[in-house]
Amino acid sequence: MQKLIKTLLGSVVVALAASSVSAATLDDVKNRGALRCGINTGLPGFAFQNDRGEWEGMDIDYCKAVAAAIFDGDAGKVEYTPLSAVQRFPALQNNEIDLLARNTTWTMNRDTALGLNFVGVNYYDGQGFMVRKDLNVTSALQLSGATVCVQSGTTTELNLTDYFRANNMEFNPVVIEAQNDVNSAYEQGRCDVLTTDASGLYASRLELANPDEHVVLPEIISKEPLGPVVRQGDEQWFDIVKWVHFGLLNAEELGVTQDNVEELAANSDNPDIRRLLGSDGTFGEDVGLSNEWMVHAIKAVGNYGEIFDRNIGPDTPLKIQRGINALWTKGGLQYAPPIR
Amino acid sequence: MEKQFQAHIARDEKRPMPPPGEQGLLAALRKNLFATWFDSLLTVVLGLGSVWVAWKLIQWGLVTAVFTGEDRQACLTTDGGPVGACWAFVNAKIGQFIYGRYPLAERWRVDLTLLLLATLALPLAIPRAPFKRLNASLLIGVFPFVALVLLTGGNFDMNVGWIVLLFIAAAFASATLAAGTAGALSGRLKGAYRLALAALVLLLASIILPGSDIRLPIFELPLLSLAALLAALASIGLSVVAARGGLKRSFMPFRVFMPSVFAVALVALLTSDFHLMPVSTNLWGGLMLTLVVALTGIAASLPLGILLALGRRSHMPAVRLLCVIFIEFWRGVPLITVLFMSTFMIPLFLPVGITFNQLLRALIGVALFSAAYMAEVMRGGLQAIPKGQYEGAMAVGLSYWQMMRLVIMPQAIKLVIPGIVNTFIGLFKDTSLVYIIGLADLLGTVRRGFSDPNWITPTTAATGLLFAAFVYWLFCFGMSRYSIFMERRLDTGHRR
Repeated sequence: MQKLIKTLLGSVVVALAASSVSAATLDDVKNRGALRCGINTGLPGFAFQNDRGEWEGMDIDYCKAVAAAIFDGDAGKVEYTPLSAVQRFPALQNNEIDLLARNTTWTMNRDTALGLNFVGVNYYDGQGFMVRKDLNVTSALQLSGATVCVQSGTTTELNLTDYFRANNMEFNPVVIEAQNDVNSAYEQGRCDVLTTDASGLYASRLELANPDEHVVLPEIISKEPLGPVVRQGDEQWFDIVKWVHFGLLNAEELGVTQDNVEELAANSDNPDIRRLLGSDGTFGEDVGLSNEWMVHAIKAVGNYGEIFDRNIGPDTPLKIQRGINALWTKGGLQYAPPIR
Repeated sequence: MEKQFQAHIARDEKRPMPPPGEQGLLAALRKNLFATWFDSLLTVVLGLGSVWVAWKLIQWGLVTAVFTGEDRQACLTTDGGPVGACWAFVNAKIGQFIYGRYPLAERWRVDLTLLLLATLALPLAIPRAPFKRLNASLLIGVFPFVALVLLTGGNFDMNVGWIVLLFIAAAFASATLAAGTAGALSGRLKGAYRLALAALVLLLASIILPGSDIRLPIFELPLLSLAALLAALASIGLSVVAARGGLKRSFMPFRVFMPSVFAVALVALLTSDFHLMPVSTNLWGGLMLTLVVALTGIAASLPLGILLALGRRSHMPAVRLLCVIFIEFWRGVPLITVLFMSTFMIPLFLPVGITFNQLLRALIGVALFSAAYMAEVMRGGLQAIPKGQYEGAMAVGLSYWQMMRLVIMPQAIKLVIPGIVNTFIGLFKDTSLVYIIGLADLLGTVRRGFSDPNWITPTTAATGLLFAAFVYWLFCFGMSRYSIFMERRLDTGHRR
C-alpha cells in the first residue's frame, strides 16, 4: 500500500524507464546489470543445457567472457535468449539482445546488407567426411570409388560433387532427404562415407552405436566461419566484443590460462602479457572497461584453447580435434592482432 | 406411392434369437473373430502382429532399457548388444522437463501455484463439492494474479496510468452492479456512467497530450491523471448513492463497493514486495510453461469465444462485421504464422527501446487464435437452439443478457461440450509450437536435452520423445474423460 501511495504522489518523477535507450550498448548493459546474449536453442558442444539446467558450450563461454570483462569478473550476469535460425537477426536488429553468439556463418550479405558486424571467427567449420575406422582411410583423397551418404538439395551435396571432380575421383552418391535418415543409412552400412558440416559430424557420431569405430577425416572442403555478431552502428561495443575474442586468442598464444592468470598479472615480466593483463598501458580503459578486463575474462572461462578443450575438445564426448582451429603458430588459422 | 411405401418395409424374415448355447464369450468370439476363414486369417495375422509390436516395445522400453546412470556411458553397452530406452536421460533431466530453467531454490513457488490451482479447480470439477460460487470467483478473480505474483516474484512497478485505468474499470463495474439493484435512481446512475466516461477521456488525454510520447499509460501530466482518478472515485460514489436511493436509508450496497475493494487489493497485491526473488519469464520452461500457455489460452478463449459467437449472430451490423472479420482472420492464419508475427512484427510497430515480453506475445497470440475457433464451436451450439427458446425468453420479459445467461447459454454450452474439449485438446497440443519462437515448453525442453553431448546416444531421442508423448497423452486423455463425465451428467434427454 505504501508503494501505491508513493507511486501516486511521486508520479511527477516517474522515470521513463523503458525509453532510456541510447546508441551506447555498453552503457545499456551496465545500467541493466546484465548482458543479453542470443544463443542457439541447442547445439551439442556450442550451446546446450547441462543436467542442472545451466547453459554450457563454446558460444556460452564467449557470452560469459564478455560479461566478465564488463562486470569485473561476474560471468553470471548474462541473460540467455535461445533463438531459432530465423529469429536471430531480427532479435539483434530489434535490440532484444546485445550480442549474438550462435554459430553464425560469416557471409558478405550478412555483414553488409543485414546491418551486422562479425567480430571474428571463433570456430572454423566446414564440410567434412566420416568413415569407418576399419576402412583404414586417413585422408579424403583416398576416397575414390566410395559410396557417400549425403542430404539432398543442400550445398553439402554440391560441395561434395565439386570436391570429387576437382580431385579427379569417382564416387557413388546415396542421396537422402532428411539428415536423420542419412545417419541411419550410414549406420546400416548403405554407404562408406557420411558427409555434412564437421561439427555436425561429431554430434552424429555420438548417435552411432559404437562411435569409436568411426573417424572424422581431417579434410574440410567448404568454408563455414562461425563467430559472434553485434549490431552495426556502435563502434565501441564492436571493439569490446572483438578484442575480448582477440584477447582470448592472445592469451592462449602467450600461455595465460585460467589457473595462472592472476599470478601472471601480478608477476609477469613479459611485456606482451603485461599489456594483455592490464599491468602496462590503458588498453581496457580505451574501450570503456577496466584495465583488468582480460584478467576477469580469462579467470571466468580460460583462454581460447581451454574453452575449445572444455566444450568440444578431445576429452569431451564430441572429441573434436583442433585442426584448422589451432593457433597460427601450430599450423591452424586462429590468429589475433597484437595488443599494443 | 405404393412403390415408395414398399421400399421401407423389410421383406425377408427376421431371424429368431440364437438358442442359449450360442451365447456367451466363446460364441461371441466365434461370431466376431472367426466367422469365416478370411476373418480367422485376419484375426491370427493381426493378433500376432500386435503381440510382436507389444513384445518389441516392452523389450526396448523395459527389458533392455537403462534406468539409472550418470551420463551417456550408462546408455551404451560395452559388448555392442542391443541398447534399449535410455530412461536415465529422462531421470537426469526430469527437473528441467517440469520446471525449465526455473531456479532450483524457487521451485516451491511453482509447486505452490499448482497446489493452489488444484485446490480451487478440483472442488469445481466435482459436482458434489460445496461453495461453487466462492470457488469460481476465487479461481477467476484472484488466482491468476496470485499465480502471476508467485511465478514472477511480483513487486511490479505500476505507473499511475495503469492504476487509474483499474479504478475507471471499477467505476464502470460499480455502475453496472448498481443498475442491477432494485429501485436504483436512474438519474444518479446516468451521472455515474458519465463521470466514469469522463475519467476515461481524461486518462486518454493525459497519455496523448504530451504529443511525442505515445507510449501506453506512461505518466506525464499528473494533473490530468489525478483528475481522472477523482472522476472515477466520484463515479463510484454516485453509483453507491444511486443504489441506496431506492431502498431504506440504512441499506449499504456492499455489492457496489466490491469492484473498488477488488481494485485496491489488486494494486496492493501487484505492487507489494513479498521478498520473492524475481524470476524472469525467459527462465520458465518445461511442463510448467506448457501449462501456463495452455491454461491461459483455455481461460481466455472460452469467454472471448462466447462473446465473438454472440457478436457474429448479433443484429447490429457493425458488431457482426467486426466479429466476422476477427474470426475469419484468426482462423485463416496458421498458428505458426501468428507466433512468428508476434515475434517479428510487433517489435516493428513499438517505439525503439520498448520491448514486449516474448512469453506475453505468445500468450496473446495463442489466446486470440483459440478464441476464434471457440467462437465457431459456440456458434454451432447457438444455432442448435430452437427459435422458440428465444421467443419464450423474450415473452417472459428477460433482457438480452438475461436471456443468454439464463436460457440460451446453458443449453448451447451443454450441446457443444465435445467441440469445446476438442478445441482445448487441440490448443494443449498446439502449445508445443512455441518452440519455434525460442520458448522451451515440455517438448522444447526435451528436445534441448538431445543436444547435451553428455547424453547423446543412439536411443536418447526416441526415449525423450516417448516420454513427452506420454505426458501430452496423459493430459489430453484426462480432459477427454472428464468431458465425457460432464456430458453424461448434463445429459437431459438427447442421449443416443
